Amino acid sequence: MNQQKKALNFIANNGVIILMVVLVIITGILKPNFFKLGNWTNIIGTMSYRLVIALGIAGCIITAGCDLSAGRMIGFGACLAGVFLQNPSGKMFPNLPNLPVPVAALVAMLVCGCLGCVTGFFIAYLHVPPFISTMAMMEIVYGVNSIFTGSKNVNNYVDAYLDLNRNTFLGLNFLIWVALGIAAITWFIFNMTRHGKYMYAIGGNPQAAEVAGVPVKQTLVLIYMKAAMFYGLAGFMIGARAGGVSVNTGLGYEMEAIAACTIGGVSVSGGRGKVSSAFIGVAVFEILKTALQFLGVNAYAQFIALGVIIYIAISLDIRKYVAKK
Amino acid sequence: MSEYLLELKGVSKSFPGVRALDHVNLSLRPGTVHALMGENGAGKSTLMKCLFGIYKMDEGEIILDGQKVEVTDPDDAMSKGIAMVHQELQPVLARSVGENMYLGRFPVKRYGPLKVIDHKKMYEDTKYWLDQVKMDFDPKALLGSLSIGQMQSVEIAKAVSRSAKVVILDEPTSSLSENEVEALFRIMNDLRDKGVAMVYISHKMDEIKRIADDITIMRDGQYVGTWSADELTTDQIIAKMVGRELTNVYPAKKGTIGEVVLEVNHLSSIHERSFQDVSFTLRKGEILGFGGLVGAQRTELMEGIFGIRHLSSGTIKVKGKEIRIKKPSDAMKAGIGLITEDRRGNGIMGCLSVKDNVGVAVYNKFLKAGFILDHPAMNKVVDDSIKMLRIKTPNMQTHIENLSGGNQQKVIVARWLANNPDILIMDEPTRGIDVGAKHEIYEIMNDLAAQGKAIIMISSEMAELLGMSDRIYVMCAGKLRGEITDKEQMTQENVMNYATQF
Repeated sequence: MNQQKKALNFIANNGVIILMVVLVIITGILKPNFFKLGNWTNIIGTMSYRLVIALGIAGCIITAGCDLSAGRMIGFGACLAGVFLQNPSGKMFPNLPNLPVPVAALVAMLVCGCLGCVTGFFIAYLHVPPFISTMAMMEIVYGVNSIFTGSKNVNNYVDAYLDLNRNTFLGLNFLIWVALGIAAITWFIFNMTRHGKYMYAIGGNPQAAEVAGVPVKQTLVLIYMKAAMFYGLAGFMIGARAGGVSVNTGLGYEMEAIAACTIGGVSVSGGRGKVSSAFIGVAVFEILKTALQFLGVNAYAQFIALGVIIYIAISLDIRKYVAKK
Repeated sequence: MSEYLLELKGVSKSFPGVRALDHVNLSLRPGTVHALMGENGAGKSTLMKCLFGIYKMDEGEIILDGQKVEVTDPDDAMSKGIAMVHQELQPVLARSVGENMYLGRFPVKRYGPLKVIDHKKMYEDTKYWLDQVKMDFDPKALLGSLSIGQMQSVEIAKAVSRSAKVVILDEPTSSLSENEVEALFRIMNDLRDKGVAMVYISHKMDEIKRIADDITIMRDGQYVGTWSADELTTDQIIAKMVGRELTNVYPAKKGTIGEVVLEVNHLSSIHERSFQDVSFTLRKGEILGFGGLVGAQRTELMEGIFGIRHLSSGTIKVKGKEIRIKKPSDAMKAGIGLITEDRRGNGIMGCLSVKDNVGVAVYNKFLKAGFILDHPAMNKVVDDSIKMLRIKTPNMQTHIENLSGGNQQKVIVARWLANNPDILIMDEPTRGIDVGAKHEIYEIMNDLAAQGKAIIMISSEMAELLGMSDRIYVMCAGKLRGEITDKEQMTQENVMNYATQF
């Protein structure tokens, strides 16, 4: 009886992961190609930038906020970094000098970071709800980026940029190392700094955090700024992987990132969520998508499957906290 | 037809750990205003909620018009002619007066099979009932645009429109201006002439003397008695409200009282109805009690000192030096800590661990290289305070929401002790915690005072206030009404006298 209860609890608490493992095994049996190395390097490659986005948005969700501007920010970051990394033959802005690859990434991160500051300012100091503030920024960034690029594609990249996706270190390409680096930094911020602890405190109970002397406003601005920097970097990473970007790069990625975070266990009501949550969520999402493709599921039906997974995952997750009371 | 319109007989109600009502009686004569009096927590509101069907009584009966009735819920109460005007009955502020009056019973008209709301009739009827209570504002105005007094008139008009025979008014004047009080009394007099029986809960003695016909007094959930209003003087009412035996269960205090550490001069809130022109001093090693009724603005005053609320004027001196406090961290730098009254609302962070709940106020003190948290050092501090305060928790990673109220409170105490403040403000420190934990909190307070910390304790529990304080200030309606320094003078009657000087 007790054992049965334990087993049920285990299933409920790890429902998503169990579902994923089952799906992977079934797919592997039906389509042996699924287990080929090439497939997995592809999945991990896509996961790299998805993880960076999810880690950025996780910070916002932990404070019981959200960030709808992520997708458009990614597009802007991608174009911004891209214009500094084109071959001389086909530059979008011929007068613009080319920058070293890391510096271009830094430019994208800094510009996006400034915009994130603005979003955060409205949320923290003017009490605009995050949903609205980030939606406004989403519109602004799209407009700015469309004017900036004239809605034309940015491509024809220098080799040094594309090499990030081609060259490997210890069997993993550089983009994956970048993502791992960001994950490590985020883990450090979440667990080893005041800022991270303040973030959890604000998510747990903003009034109590304020009474305890937490600088709530500054912390919120920093969180949205940091998130926007991550989106800029993710845009830069997508450019290296795709070889060309446009204003529509990253469109809708914010929703997938929010979904991935919540599937992994970042609570939308605030206060809960770890780096591993974002990682698990992104992994579940990407593996699921690939598995469905391998099984030959209709492309549109895949969306239905993803929606169903979100329902199941979130219901199970919320059950954990509700049952405790 | 019996003498009484409504009788409550032998009503009892228990909540986990408390007997809120113990065989209470109340008899209302038609066409009278019946004042229901008692201290905070005497059970007045609980009794009314039982009558109105919000709570289910454990024992007792309701006799309406000589007939025994059961009230199952507020809607049932309304249909039986019992209405309640209560600030906690949340109206829908963003909708019109008319919609609020007819919420849940909108007049409808039919277009064939389609039922639609008859707005015209609704607003005409609203206008009619507002006229009945001599109020002439627009039925289409948003409820939120009205003053609190006007909203109450809407509630009363609603009661009249449902031909209520019994109207309960729970502290209706606590946030009204003098003109609004006059308007309310005029309506009440009209209702009295129409034979309506009213229950009037208030602490304001002069109002009681003016409007009440009968007075029922309650104390600690017990029925004390019912008198005709002209039989009792104000002093007699107070004596009956507080006349309990005090047993000394409070631990003895050691240590001496030293120099002044906190001096507050003419502090006023930006809100007229909140604390105004409050001056007081606090000494080292002292436990300073703040007494008063709920709504006396004691919490607001302390939150003002701590930088949570805005001040319009006044100064705060800590150890002789004037400081400006704009936010809690300023107060913390000056050596002040605040344990808030509403533990769930702005005390604990439920989904975080015990350690994080202690740590949140002291991360600045545990940094390596200026930005890396020193977890081992923090663990030691948290571990020490768990032992010192005897916090019952499986370990420091346990989520605080899984602890009992008393242990949660100790965690909050640990949070502030880790910050080592000179001045600790404790707002209702033992609210909602069991007797054993209460005693432990008292001992902790005495220990802290003996170590030379200065403590301000807000307490609405008379026994605790008298038992723990070295000195007591009593507030009423935002103003400091009295200071009691002499232990001999620390009596329930004296505190209550100051507390009801509106």
